[in-house]
Amino acid sequence: MSDVQQLCTFYVDGLFLGVEVEKVQEVIRYQEMTTVPLAPSVIGGLINLRGQIVTAVDLRRRLGLHPRAEGELPMNVVVRTEDGATSLLVDEIGDVVEVEKSSFEMVPDTLARDARELTRGVYKLKRDLLLLLDTDKTVNSTTPATAPTA
Amino acid sequence: MDDLQEIIGEFLIESNELLDQFEGDLVALEMDAHSSELLARIFRAIHTIKGSGGTLGFSRLAALAHAGENVLSRIRDGDVLFRPEIATCLLQMADGLHQALSEIDKSGTEGGLEFSSLCDRLAAICPAASPVDDVPAPSPEGASVAPGDELQPTVPLIGELLVHAGGVHAEQLQGALRVQSEGDPRKLCEVMLAEGTVKAEAVVDALQAQRQAGVEAQNNNTIRVDVGLLDKLMNRVGELVLARNQILQFTSTQQDTKFLSTAQRLNLITTELQEGVMKTRMQPIGTVWNKLPRAVRDIALGCGKQVEIEMAGADTELDKTIIEAIKGPLTHIIRNSIDHGIEAPELRLACGKRAVGMLNLRASHEGGQVIIEIADDGGGIQTELVKQKAIAFGKIKAEEAERLTERELLDLVFLPGVSTAEKVTKLSGRGVGMDVVKTNIEKIGGTIELKSKPEHGTTIRIKIPLTLAIIPALIVISGGERFAIPQASLVELVRVEADSQERRLEMVHGTPVYRLRGSLLPLVFLNRLLKMPGRAAEESVSIVVLQAGDRQFGLVVDDINDTEEIVVKPLSKQFKALACFAGATIMGDGRVALILDVMGLAQMSRVVREKREGSQLTESHSEASSNSAEGQNSWLLFRAGLRGRMAIPLSAVARLEEFSSSVIEYSAGRNVIQYRGQIMPLYTVAEVIGAPPPELSDPLQVIVHSTDGASIGLIVDEILDIAEEHVAIENSSRPQAICGSAVIQQCVTDVFDMAALQQHARSEVRA
Repeated sequence: MSDVQQLCTFYVDGLFLGVEVEKVQEVIRYQEMTTVPLAPSVIGGLINLRGQIVTAVDLRRRLGLHPRAEGELPMNVVVRTEDGATSLLVDEIGDVVEVEKSSFEMVPDTLARDARELTRGVYKLKRDLLLLLDTDKTVNSTTPATAPTA
Repeated sequence: MDDLQEIIGEFLIESNELLDQFEGDLVALEMDAHSSELLARIFRAIHTIKGSGGTLGFSRLAALAHAGENVLSRIRDGDVLFRPEIATCLLQMADGLHQALSEIDKSGTEGGLEFSSLCDRLAAICPAASPVDDVPAPSPEGASVAPGDELQPTVPLIGELLVHAGGVHAEQLQGALRVQSEGDPRKLCEVMLAEGTVKAEAVVDALQAQRQAGVEAQNNNTIRVDVGLLDKLMNRVGELVLARNQILQFTSTQQDTKFLSTAQRLNLITTELQEGVMKTRMQPIGTVWNKLPRAVRDIALGCGKQVEIEMAGADTELDKTIIEAIKGPLTHIIRNSIDHGIEAPELRLACGKRAVGMLNLRASHEGGQVIIEIADDGGGIQTELVKQKAIAFGKIKAEEAERLTERELLDLVFLPGVSTAEKVTKLSGRGVGMDVVKTNIEKIGGTIELKSKPEHGTTIRIKIPLTLAIIPALIVISGGERFAIPQASLVELVRVEADSQERRLEMVHGTPVYRLRGSLLPLVFLNRLLKMPGRAAEESVSIVVLQAGDRQFGLVVDDINDTEEIVVKPLSKQFKALACFAGATIMGDGRVALILDVMGLAQMSRVVREKREGSQLTESHSEASSNSAEGQNSWLLFRAGLRGRMAIPLSAVARLEEFSSSVIEYSAGRNVIQYRGQIMPLYTVAEVIGAPPPELSDPLQVIVHSTDGASIGLIVDEILDIAEEHVAIENSSRPQAICGSAVIQQCVTDVFDMAALQQHARSEVRA
């Protein structure tokens, strides 16, 4: 593994997050979503990605952040996971940034539980701190999930 | 080189098919040892494999087939009787050939396979076997055709046919062939007729058979296509259907007639294309079933039981992927049926059954679905045992178990880790199984149901869709969202206008119901179930009547759109816990809509449970009015004495029993019987209706009727049938204990009054 890595970055409720570029399939603007009743609350809904049905995970809910304001439309960061393509709903797309391994550090234990569990570490950039998101964990477990009730 | 590869490839496919057929035929021959037709087919299959294998230089394969052929020819000639050991040995030979074929498939050669011990065993099984035709492959008959034809055995040779039909001996045929090869220009049959070795009629028959086979060979203009290619094609067609739907949606806003007519044509062509591609993927279920007789034989031998398998509807067609998917579950169920269901021969005889257990497989189409039934006549499932096991394994709590109905107890079998087998056998009983079967069936959108009657056997009913990829569905709207309901579970649609709603949607103890032609239909409000916003109560609603297993329920939705062909796409694993959705699809406008899982909905809303209250209701009802039987639609038909055909509502029947008349005892002036730890009084139909008592036959057929924990037995002459019919009862002149007469199954049938039986029993107790 080389010392330099490229991250696709985005913002979610003020958090600056990144995902390895090779895991990102594409970034698209807001798509009409079909909500899935009784689904865990972190699931934003289903979108039609050129004939393929893709599940969208609402990162704000997933990370235990404030809900998106009424009328604000999220963007889709479509990532490749073991389960096929999954979309991450984010507020805003940032640049693709190059980060160096030397600037990497584990997340401090004082971070909120959800955010700590879903991030693998933090890159100390010149101006910001960039959190590296663990996409597999983000997509796989659906806590905080509201258990489907019959 | 490629040519040779191609030829070998064809040889492999053909030989594998022949071997599958060979196995099935051989097991069938075991049942019907005198079928010369079967024997001829078996013989021909092995002969072809030997011939082609030998020509291609697979000498060990050919030698093995030759050894098998020798055994077969001795059976055909009547030198040796067909015995189970021979069958076993021949099946082992088939396994050996399979092995050789797969080795050839892998490496192109026979590798290090060695069959000499198997060949020796085959030779030993019919001792002193003087090999009938000791000529190595290609066979002597092959000499009369051009060498190139050998690879494609299209039309059987006349000599071969004559030998199979027994019209001529193989030696005589060889003699005639020798004459021919020495330059005699006459036809083979002419030579033999002249020698007097064959009768003219036999030649005529053989010629006819040959012509028939020729016609069949000509009709055989098929090609083999890689399934992967078909899958790809099917996917593309799926996308095309979606695009077509989108264009059709678009047409509603367009006026251009040229565009509209083009869209219409596109629509038609797409539909036809879709149907065509779908058909290419259809396979008869027989392709899976063919392998079963062999499996049944092996399993039965393995557990020391005798089992016969009967199959009906083998030509029922299913999508290839579904065929593949049910293979495993089907074999598992059959293994279970034989290992746990069917009893050992001694036990069966002791129970008064035939020593040979029966396994019935039936497949049929029903409303866009395929129904597969696997029934055995074994010991059935003892629900008490299932309950204990489930408690012992910690699957349910004891007090919970007490509340379960029979049906729910049976369903415990599908829990992982629950097995009722007394001991773990090498075949089954480890408790992994039925849960896997159920998951696999449900994965392909099917349902599985288990019915069991202690001592009478178990029936497993599997319902599966014809195809997975594209299904017709009804689009409904609820809570502002669109949902697709698979048409297969749809029964009917009812619209309830706003002004009549209050009157039509009634409540029973807080549960909404609807009176559908006199019977109560439980209602499920989709928006409430899915916790979605509802609409104002004053608007009209629609009820979608759905079939979930053997229950019906009404799904209340805001609106009904249209039916559409939808392409089913699976949901990702985040939604696995949601039983109410079967998948998702993309609608004409490009948006995603969820597909409802009818069975899941029913389970969530507790529709699919045994109607405990329901049956009690009908019983107490029947005491109040003797006419309550009206409107019932399941009837048990039986024959009793001079009154002939009679019927009672099936809901009044607890069980059907057969008793030997020797177990009848006498108490307080009446026939009684010890039944499940109780003393059950027995009545004949004649005495309830006030006719002279008939003579009792042996064994007694008894309908057991239970109320408040007490059972009454009604002796009848014969149980006829169960009819599902909605009948009108006419009660013009009614004798005692008869509700009236009705036409059931096109016959006038007296409806017996169960209330009168209860009254009769009570009055006797008082007296």
